[in-house]
Amino acid sequence: MAGGVAAAPRAGRSPWRHPSFVIGGAIVGCIVVVALVSLVWTPWPATKMNIPHKLLGPSAEHWLGTDHFGRDVASMLMVGARNSLAVGFVAVGIGMLFGVTLGTLSAAKSGTWLDEAIMRSADFTFAFPAVLSAVMITALLGPGVVNAIIAIGIYNIPVFARLTRSGALQVWAKDFTLAARAAGKTTVQITLRHVIPNIGGLIIVQGTVQFATAILAEAGLSYLGLGTQPPNPSWGRMLFEAQTYMQRQPLLAVFPGLSIALAVLGCNLLGDGLRDIFDPRVARSRA
Amino acid sequence: MPAFVLRRVLGLLATLAATALIVFIVLEILPGDPAAVMMGVNATPETIAAVRLEYGLDQPAAVRFVHWIGGLLRGDLGNSYTYKVPISGLIAERAQVTLPLAVMAVLTASSIGIPLGVVAAARANTRWDAAVMALSQIGLAVPNFWFGILLVLTFAVTLGWFPSGGFPGWGAGLWPGVQALLLPALALALPQGAIIARLTRSAVLEALQEDYVRTARAKGLTWRQTLTRHVVRNAMPPVVTILGLQFSVLVAGAIIIENVFSLPGLGRLMFQSIAQHDIIVVKDLVVLFAGLVVTMNFIVDLAYGWIDPRLRKT
Amino acid sequence: MSALLSTANLTIALESGEAPVSIVRGLNLTLNAGETLGIVGESGSGKSMTALALMGLIPSAMRASGSLRFEGQELLPYDEARMTRLRGARIAMIFQEPMTALNPVHRIGRQIAEGLMLHEGTGEAAALAEAARLLDRVGISQAAERLGAYPHELSGGQRQRVMIAMALACRPELLIADEPTSALDVTVQAQLLELIRDVVAERTMALIIISHDLGVVAELAERTIVLYGGAVMEEGPTRALFTAPHHPYTRGLIAALPGRGRRRGRLTAIAGSVPPPHLMAAGCPFHGRCKYSGEDCRVMMPPVTQLGQSLVHCHREEAIH
Repeated sequence: MAGGVAAAPRAGRSPWRHPSFVIGGAIVGCIVVVALVSLVWTPWPATKMNIPHKLLGPSAEHWLGTDHFGRDVASMLMVGARNSLAVGFVAVGIGMLFGVTLGTLSAAKSGTWLDEAIMRSADFTFAFPAVLSAVMITALLGPGVVNAIIAIGIYNIPVFARLTRSGALQVWAKDFTLAARAAGKTTVQITLRHVIPNIGGLIIVQGTVQFATAILAEAGLSYLGLGTQPPNPSWGRMLFEAQTYMQRQPLLAVFPGLSIALAVLGCNLLGDGLRDIFDPRVARSRA
Repeated sequence: MPAFVLRRVLGLLATLAATALIVFIVLEILPGDPAAVMMGVNATPETIAAVRLEYGLDQPAAVRFVHWIGGLLRGDLGNSYTYKVPISGLIAERAQVTLPLAVMAVLTASSIGIPLGVVAAARANTRWDAAVMALSQIGLAVPNFWFGILLVLTFAVTLGWFPSGGFPGWGAGLWPGVQALLLPALALALPQGAIIARLTRSAVLEALQEDYVRTARAKGLTWRQTLTRHVVRNAMPPVVTILGLQFSVLVAGAIIIENVFSLPGLGRLMFQSIAQHDIIVVKDLVVLFAGLVVTMNFIVDLAYGWIDPRLRKT
Repeated sequence: MSALLSTANLTIALESGEAPVSIVRGLNLTLNAGETLGIVGESGSGKSMTALALMGLIPSAMRASGSLRFEGQELLPYDEARMTRLRGARIAMIFQEPMTALNPVHRIGRQIAEGLMLHEGTGEAAALAEAARLLDRVGISQAAERLGAYPHELSGGQRQRVMIAMALACRPELLIADEPTSALDVTVQAQLLELIRDVVAERTMALIIISHDLGVVAELAERTIVLYGGAVMEEGPTRALFTAPHHPYTRGLIAALPGRGRRRGRLTAIAGSVPPPHLMAAGCPFHGRCKYSGEDCRVMMPPVTQLGQSLVHCHREEAIH
C-alpha cells in the first residue's frame, strides 16, 4: 500500500471516467437501496415461517425460493443486507474514530514512548487475524450482533491507526507544517487544519476496503453462530442452514453467498476507483 | 550472516515472552474469576470452588503464570477441562489435520497465484492482464467458506469425487487423507491466491523498470529468459513476506473451513473450546497460534536475507 | 570493404495520436570495422535513443524507419529473434549507471558468464574460467576470488569494469558505450577511458562512444558526429571539430568549454535551451538558437556541405566559413 499522500483530496479527473468507481458505486448503491427498501417493504415478512411451502425453488410467488422453514429467501436476503451494512458501518466507524485519533496522536508525538506503545499494541493485534480476534472476543463477551460489531471494530482500530500515523507523518514532514509551526500554531491546530484534510482521501479509501472485510467477517461470524442471532436473518447464517439441505435444495446455498460476494466486490471496486480518483499517480503506476 | 540470525533469534524470543504474558492477562485475569467463567452462569459456588481447587486456580496470578510457562516449555500443557485428557495430546492429534491443510493451501495458492501474476505483468495492459485482474477481484470477493460449500456441492454431492466432510485419519492411508483435505485446501487457497497474484504482478512490473533488465536484453537474452532469470527472483521479496504473513491468516481461516467440512482440526478445537468456556485449552491454543505467527515472521526475515544479499549486513 | 555498420535516413519517432514526434531524424552514419566514432550532444539530442536503436532496444512506443545495416544485413524492421542473436554476441553495449545496470542478487562471475553460456553454449565451468580471465583483463585484482562477489560489494569504477568484461565476453565486432563514465569520479574516468581504448584496440573492435562530454569523445574517437535535437549538425575527424569547427552549434560547444585560452571572465553559453521533441520545427532543430537563422532554416532540413574533411549541415554559407 503506498503511503503516498495527495494534496487536499481533489477529484483528479472526472469520477465518471473511472470504471471501477462507476461499477463499484453502482453495486454498492443497489445494495444500499435494497437495504433501505427492506425497512418498509419486503415481498414476504422475512421471519414468517410457512412449513408446507418449504424448500421451494424460484417462482413467481417466491422470487428466489423458500428455505427449510418456508421463509421467503428474497425477503431474508433484503433484511440480511440491512444487517450486514449496519454492522459494516458501525464497526468501521468505531475503527475509524478510535484508530484515526490514536494514529494522529501517535504521529504528533512521534518518537516518544506513547508512539512506541501505540504502535507495539497495534503490531500485536495484527498477529491475530480478523476472524480469530472476532471469534475470541465474541467468545469472551457472548454471541450477538452488538458483540460482533465490537469485535470487528476492535480489529479495525490498529488498521486505521497505522495508516493514519504513516500518512500524518508524511504531512508533518512537509514544509507547510514547518511554516505553520514557525508561525506559532499549536500541534492541535496544525493537526486539525492541515494533517487531517490531507490524509482524508487515504482514510476514505481504506474505509471502503475495511467495509468489505467487515462484511466478510460478519458473514463468517454469523456462519459460526456468533454474529447476528436468529430469528434475525443474516447472510452467513443462511449459508450455515443451507448446508444441511444441500441435497434437497442446492440453490439455498447459492443466493446468500452470491449476495456476500457481490457486496464485497462492489466495495473493493469502489475503493479502487476512489483510490484512482484521489491519487492519479498510483493509478498510472498500477497500469 | 551469523550476526543477522542471532539478532533475529533474540527478537523472536522476546516477542514470544511478551505474547504469553499478554495472553495470560487477557484470558485469565481480565474476565475475573476463571473458574466461574469456565463453569458458566448456572454453576453453584461449591462447584466453582471445586474446579478452582482442581486446576490450581486459587493460587496467585504470578504463580499460575510461572507454572504455566514452565509447563509450556516442558511440553506439559495441563489437562482439558472438557475432554479430561492431556492438552498436548489433543493438540498433536488435531495438528495432524490443520498443518497439512495449511501447507496444501499455501502451495496451491502460490503455484496458481505466482505464475498468473507473472503473466499479467509480462503482458500488462492486454486482455491477459485484464483477465487475471478480474479473476483476482472475484477471488477476493468470494467468501472462502461459500466457495467451500460450492465445491462440496459440485465435487462431492453432485459428482461424488470427493468426500463432503470428515477426516479418515492418516492411518487409513495417504491418499484418503489428502482427498479429504483437497477441497478445504482449495477453499482456503482462493483469496490467498488472488492476493498473491496481484502482489506478484505489481512486484514484477516494478522489477521490469530496473536497469539490469535492459542489460540482460543487451546481452542477448530473450524476454522469457530475462523474466525467469533476472526479474522473478528480484521481485520475490514482497511476495515471500506476504506468503509468510498469509500462513497465519490461513490457520485462522481454518476455523471456519474446518467447520464447513467437519474436519477435526485445531480450528474446530478452538471453536469448541471457546463455546464450552474451556479456558485452559483456549489459553494454550492462543499462545501456540501467536507463537506460530511470530515464528513465521522470523522465517520470512531469514528468507529475505537469503534472497537479497544486500540485506545480510543489517 | 563494405562498412560494418551503416544507417541511411534513420528516423526514430514516437507514434502519438496526431503527428508522430521525431526523436531522431535522418541520421546517416557509416562505421568500418575497427573504427571509432563519437556521438556528442546535450540531453535531449537523441544520442542515447540512437544507441538503443542500433541494438533494437527502443521502447515499444517508438518506431524506427529508414535503413540500418549491420555486416551487410538490413535490420529494419526489427526481427526480435535476429536481434537477440546479435545482441551481446556481435554488438555489445555498456550503460551509464553501473550501480543499477547489474542485477544485485546475482554474483558478478555468473553475470559475465551468462552471455557465453547463452550464445556459444559454453559449459558453466569453462564460462566462469573465461569470466575470471576477463575480470583480470579489465583490471580487477584477484579475479578468481572476485567471481563470487555481489555487485554491491564493488565500487562504482569496479562495477563499470565488470560491465566492460560482460560486454567483451563473446568477442563482439562492435562496442557501443553510452556515457560510460558520466556517473563516476573524474579520477576513475580517466582510467576507465584508457581501459576502453586499450581493449578496443587489441581486439580490433569498432567503437561508438556516446557522451555529452567533449573531452571523453576527444579521448577515444577518430571521427565524431555532433547531434542536436535529433539531427546531425556536423560530422568529421574529431581533431578538426575541435581546431576548426564550422557549424554554429559546434562553435558554440567548443567556445563553451572552460579554460579555452582565457583564464577568467564569464563562460560563453549558447543562448536558449533545447525545445521538447513535440515542439521541434520541421527544419533545422537549431534554428531557434542560431544567430544566423532565417526562414528557410525553420521550414527545411539543411543541405550538407563538405568543408575539408568535415560535413556540415547548414543553410547559411556565411555561418560556416
